[in-house]
Parts: sequence; C-alpha cells; structure tokens
Amino acid sequence: MKYLLLICTDDTVTVDDPAELDAQPWVDEMDGRGARLMGDRVRPSEDVTTVRVREGSLLLTDGPFADTKEHMAGFDVIECADLDEAVEIASKHPMARFGMIEVWPFWTE
Amino acid sequence: MAVLDGVSEAVAAAYAEEWGRIVASLIRFTGDWDLAEECAQDAFARAVERWPRDGVPRRPGAWLTTTARNRALDRLRRARTEAKAVQEVAGLADRAPSGAPTGEETEVDGDGALPDDRLRLIFTCCHPALVPEARVALTLRSLAGLSTAEIAHAFLVSESTMAQRLVRAKNKIRHARIPFRVPSAAQLPERTAAVLSVLYLLFNEGYGASAGAVPVRRELTAEAVRLTRLLAGLLPDDTEVRGLLALMLLHDARRAARVDAAGELVPLEAQDRSLWDRDGIAEGLSVLEDALLRRRPGPYQVQAAVAACHASASDAADTDWPQIALLYRELARWSPGPVVELNRAVAVAMAEGAEHGLALVEGLVSAGELAGYFPLYATRADLLRRLGRWGGAADAYREALASAPTEAERRYLARRLAEAEAEAEREAEQGRGAG
Repeated sequence: MKYLLLICTDDTVTVDDPAELDAQPWVDEMDGRGARLMGDRVRPSEDVTTVRVREGSLLLTDGPFADTKEHMAGFDVIECADLDEAVEIASKHPMARFGMIEVWPFWTE
Repeated sequence: MAVLDGVSEAVAAAYAEEWGRIVASLIRFTGDWDLAEECAQDAFARAVERWPRDGVPRRPGAWLTTTARNRALDRLRRARTEAKAVQEVAGLADRAPSGAPTGEETEVDGDGALPDDRLRLIFTCCHPALVPEARVALTLRSLAGLSTAEIAHAFLVSESTMAQRLVRAKNKIRHARIPFRVPSAAQLPERTAAVLSVLYLLFNEGYGASAGAVPVRRELTAEAVRLTRLLAGLLPDDTEVRGLLALMLLHDARRAARVDAAGELVPLEAQDRSLWDRDGIAEGLSVLEDALLRRRPGPYQVQAAVAACHASASDAADTDWPQIALLYRELARWSPGPVVELNRAVAVAMAEGAEHGLALVEGLVSAGELAGYFPLYATRADLLRRLGRWGGAADAYREALASAPTEAERRYLARRLAEAEAEAEREAEQGRGAG
C-alpha cells in the first residue's frame, strides 16, 4: 500500500535547535527498511506557481491555491502494510514534532 | 403458532447474541465490511425461512456462522471468476481481494494478544483516524447490529446523514487501509482509551434516555455492558476496563428506580432503593474491588467508586458524602473540568452544608464555562431551595426550566418552581404583616 506524506510547517511551533529538523536520519532509517520510495524538500510558497486552464486560456497565479500559514515543505512516498504502519513512519519524522504530516493513501483499484 | 413464536424468539435471541460475532468473523475472512454485513443479513433471513420447517438448530450461532460464511465464499468465488477473466485479459497475476488479510495476520496479533474477531472489530471501529461520531455509529452498526435508522434516531440526525457517515467511515477503512486487528502492546493503552470512551458514550446514550421512552436505547445500555465485559475478559490486566464495567453495572442496577410509574424522573435521594438490582450492585462492587486491588487507579475506577458509595448506602442520609467529595477531588486530577467541579460542589453541599456547595457553584456560574449547561442551573436552584432563600430559588428554577432537556425534567422543575414561588409569596406576606 502506497501513501504520500505531505510534510507541512506549523508557524505556531517554535524550534529551539534547528539541528532537530534534520530529516536525514529518518530518511536513512526508512530507506533501510525499504519503506521510503522517494521524497524531497520543496521551495517555500513564495516560489510556487498555480496553473489553471479555463476556456482554453492559461491562467497563472503567484503562490499556492490555499494561502494559509501552514504550507507544504516537502513530501515522501512510502510503501507499507497499512495505515498503522504509515502513521508509525510519519510520527518518526522530525516535522511531526515541529509541523504536521498529512498521510494521503494512493488511489488503488 | 407456539412453534412459530418459539422460532422468532430464537432468531431474535441469536441476532442479539451472534450478530457482532458473525460480522466480525466475516470481516476477518473476507476483508470486506459491506459483504460481511450483507452475508450476515442473508444468514438471518435464511434462518427465518428454514427454522420453522427444520426446527431450531442445536447451536444456532454455529448454523448462522456457517451459512453466512458459505454465502460469502459463494459471492467471493463468483467475483474472483469475473475478476480472473479480466485479469487474464490484462495479463495480471491473480491477487487476493483488496483489503483481505494475509495469512500471518489471522494467526496471532503482535505481542500475543488474543485474536478475538469482535475485539479486532471494536478496535477497528474506534480507530483514532476516524472521527469520533463515526466510531460510535460504526460500533453500533457492525457490533450491535442496530439498523442505520435506529442509530440515526439515537443520535438525532436524519437517516441519510447517518448513512453517509457510515459509508464514509467504511470507505476510509478500505481506502486508507485501516487494519483489522487489535493494536500492538505499545499502542494498546492509547487505543484502549478511545474504545472505552465509545463504550461509555453508548452506555450513556441508553441510560440518559430512560426518561424519553425511546425503546432502542435500553438495548444500547445492554450492548455497552456486554462489550465492556468482553473487553474485560480479553484484557485481563487493564484496570480501567474493569473500572468502566463496574461503573456501568452500578448505574444500570439503579435503572428501575430512576423513573416512577407516571414516567417522572426520581432524584437519587428519593429513589425507592428496594427497586435497585442487588445482584447487579454486588457484581459491580466485586469488579471494582478486583480493579482497585491492582493499584493502578484511573478516572473510570474513581467514577465507579462514587457510584459504589451511592449503591452501598442503605438510604440517602446514610450516603458517605465526605468520601464522595474526596473522590471528585481525585477525579479532577485525572480529568479536570467544570462538570467534575459541579459534581464535587454537590458532594460538598451534602457533606459540609448547602452554603459551602453553593459557594463553589456560584464560582462556576461566574466563570461562565458551563453557560447553558442544565445541571448547573438545576443544582444552583436546589441549593438555594435547601437554604430557604425562596426568592433566589424561584429565579434559579426559572433559569433551569429554560434549559431542561427532557419533559420529565421540566415537570420536576415546574413543581419545585411552584413550591418556591408559594414560599416566597408567604414570606413576603409575613414581611408585610410584620411591617
């Protein structure tokens, strides 16, 4: 079963030691377990462009669709047995402590 | 005719006893919640048709389980054949139906927990990834076998709203792949808490409703007790499961005395204690004692201890109110909140005098956290009445009446209001006479 983990920031949480944000140990552990298929960081919302095509015209908007304080900082694609394992994997990511992680199941069938 | 009656009773009894077990075992067997429910329903329909002719089988549960299982096998085989034809065309390997448990999952749960299907089912229904309302509804549907209409009625929502809630929850279980199992020992404490809160909600739905004359809710109480008993049997070291079971048993034992012949709510101090179920109280006390001996206290055990104080008192005057006041102080450490404080105020009023209780209640009123909460106004009115402050009591009863949730409570308060108004009037006249 594949899940997309959206790694999101939360501006209300303060980080005392930036070293705690380092996701590399988590990446190494999950790669070692064969659970992480891919993943990366993304640039902040200032650098995002939203693309729409309406009645044949291309519309570009500066920024993400939803303008919220919280935004996506990265993503990972994992493969594991079920939601409990996905939650266990997500809960170990440092951003679970300083931000939040959305667990999106992939479409099956 | 007698034969027919016997058969319908047997089917009804089997439904109450076996529904949850059959559905739970079919979910494990097929991994498909809708298929499990449909096949269980088919089995009961077949029983209604066959038992009058062939006689009630010696073990109705086994008969129903086998019938439901065969039906599921049939349907899966047919679906598999269709799927296989498609897969062969697409060149895909033959795979188990989506969501079906793999071999090792069905054998033992992690850390050697007992693999009882109903226990798996309630933990799945109460998975924290589901919204709390859906957890209760799903538990009622799949374990207690209540219809969607009955559940909608119990939660005062429309049938279509409830149907949507159930479909959403089942879809999330399937699509996000919420596993059908008892969680591992590491997760068990946090997950058990969610299960206990759903069971307590179920119980309160049934218990609080005895004044509302909704027949379905009595079943909820019985089902909550049955499931908690089952959980207690399967988690022998969990003292809070025992605490909750004791709490339910002790409350349930007072049920017959809570409403009088006219359907009026009878307050605890006025209840006819000869109507209390002595066996239920004895069992509740022994379950609680068994839990307390293990010395791992928790909020359900403390609440059960309060219920035990009431249940052990031979009459209202004999109640150990100082002990109850202490227990509420203890409960506030586990689950602090204004409702616990209000209960403590009532106990303090009984133990130390109404004016001490009233001081705590006035504190809660000015804090404003319980604005609109009916028992706050009813308690304040009652304490003012007991202090003979009739004018204030009458005002407080009017305020309580405005927020009373049931007809029985409104009638009770209206009687008290009339009494307080008469007393206030009498006082005023005396005052005029004296002046």
